[in-house]
Amino acid sequence: MAPILEIKDLTHVYSAGTPFEHTALNHVSFSVERGEFIGIIGHTGSGKSTLMQHMNGLLKPTSGSVVLDGKDIWSDKILTRQARFRVGLVFQYPEYQLFEETVYKDIAFGPKNMGLDAKEIDRRVRESADFVGVTPEQLEVSPFDLSGGQKRRVAIAGVIAMEPEVLILDEPTAGLDPIGRAEILENIERYRKAKNATIMMVSHSMNDVARLTDRLLVMNHAELAMDAVPGEVFRRTDELLEMGLDIPDVTRVFLRLRELGLPVEPIYTMEQAISALRQLKEGAAHA
Amino acid sequence: MLKDITLGQYFPGNSIIHRLDPRTKLIVLLVYIVALFCAVNWISYGVILVILLVSIHISKVPGKSFLRGMKPLVFILIFTAILNLFFTQGETVLVHFWGITITLEGVVRAVFMLGRILMLITGTFLLTYTTSPISLTDGLESLLGPLKKIHVPVHELSMMMCIALRFIPTLIEETDKIMAAQKARGADFETGKLMERVRALIPILVPLFISAFRRADELATAMECRCYQGDVGRTKMKLLRYHLHDFVTFGVSAALLAGVLILRNFGL
Repeated sequence: MAPILEIKDLTHVYSAGTPFEHTALNHVSFSVERGEFIGIIGHTGSGKSTLMQHMNGLLKPTSGSVVLDGKDIWSDKILTRQARFRVGLVFQYPEYQLFEETVYKDIAFGPKNMGLDAKEIDRRVRESADFVGVTPEQLEVSPFDLSGGQKRRVAIAGVIAMEPEVLILDEPTAGLDPIGRAEILENIERYRKAKNATIMMVSHSMNDVARLTDRLLVMNHAELAMDAVPGEVFRRTDELLEMGLDIPDVTRVFLRLRELGLPVEPIYTMEQAISALRQLKEGAAHA
Repeated sequence: MLKDITLGQYFPGNSIIHRLDPRTKLIVLLVYIVALFCAVNWISYGVILVILLVSIHISKVPGKSFLRGMKPLVFILIFTAILNLFFTQGETVLVHFWGITITLEGVVRAVFMLGRILMLITGTFLLTYTTSPISLTDGLESLLGPLKKIHVPVHELSMMMCIALRFIPTLIEETDKIMAAQKARGADFETGKLMERVRALIPILVPLFISAFRRADELATAMECRCYQGDVGRTKMKLLRYHLHDFVTFGVSAALLAGVLILRNFGL
């Protein structure tokens, strides 16, 4: 099947032609399949946010193109507008964008802008509220009466309600407690499975991206430094550390075990760690 | 887009104009404005213009930034010029069409008024470009100090001004962020009738106000944690003191004002 989203040789220069000129993206290319869960990692200022805002047409590329479902989103005004809805973008701390009197109305903002009829809007609001674990009673309260974690979920529901084929989230769990984090990540995964949607998640938690994603994009100094499965990315530990990034905690433990002379392969998730340790134990029992 | 607002932006530097006491700069600006409004002939205008240009040169602030700061005011400038051009009564008729008469006096007056406003704005810009907002409010507080005797809350006012100035860039950044987030949900700020466009601002204004209040709350707490209790017993790290160059500046501006007044009254 053709990729849902293709980024072709994308370059973005801020304030071109002024002393403040700054290249935020430098010839970035990759493509994304339907249903993939992609993690984007990179230190602050590496171009992650700029990249995100290109994918739904908020920023126009200085050169290169963004191709959604086979069509360049900048080739036609209607396509640019459609990209806003087909590629959902959840910014950092999205709870600060809530504005309506009730949670229901706020979630309905996106679908309403799409020009859907009332019945369809109602279906989408209820469905997306359900996805993120907002109860029907909560739909009628003011979003400002909710707790921080609940506000975040409402804000994410507001984007999910547009039923985007690609859902991009910028650090969706920043500033939440462990339970809140786990729930949000679970909601995102549920949405992906239900709609066969593509998820792209910017995160600073290597543990999260290692556990959830199929593929990692590593941004460094406005360039796409790596594009590979997590196992391969985390195998390049030294390069990651040099970029100011980190590796999952279990990977660190296993690297140390190897240094100590134990016959273990580098792993990056807890499940892999458990089975590797089992094998090790069995190996020791046989010997 | 919003970041292009340069009105009153500070350009850090170490020129003698930067180093002048903010009080001196405020007083001199006042004198300059009075002189500008008292100037009635070309000679005094010329003198003021020369002094202004020399000051800009000394300040090392790029001339371009003055032009850029002028951009939002173009409409007012054109409006003033046109009003003066068309509505000045005079003897020497230059053109006459569709019941509109343009006289030589009108042209002269329009140029005069335009020059006055331009010099006024440029002078004010020079102050804000060379003085950091903090020292500006410090200077104002010190100058208005005597008003404390009649219970005007000078310190509180200057503190509020200082905080307001400090938060302008923060709020602009915040607005940009909120706009992007609402656009991502399909909000449309560029098309539609006037009422629709005004309505489209609600999704920006509500979150913006809420975050401004939140910030205000946080700032108040942070200030209280550091035992801020207003003016009483508060000392300053940077004490304002007049130096030689301040007195020289006072002398020059007094001479300028005197010159302009003499030229005005003796009609040279």
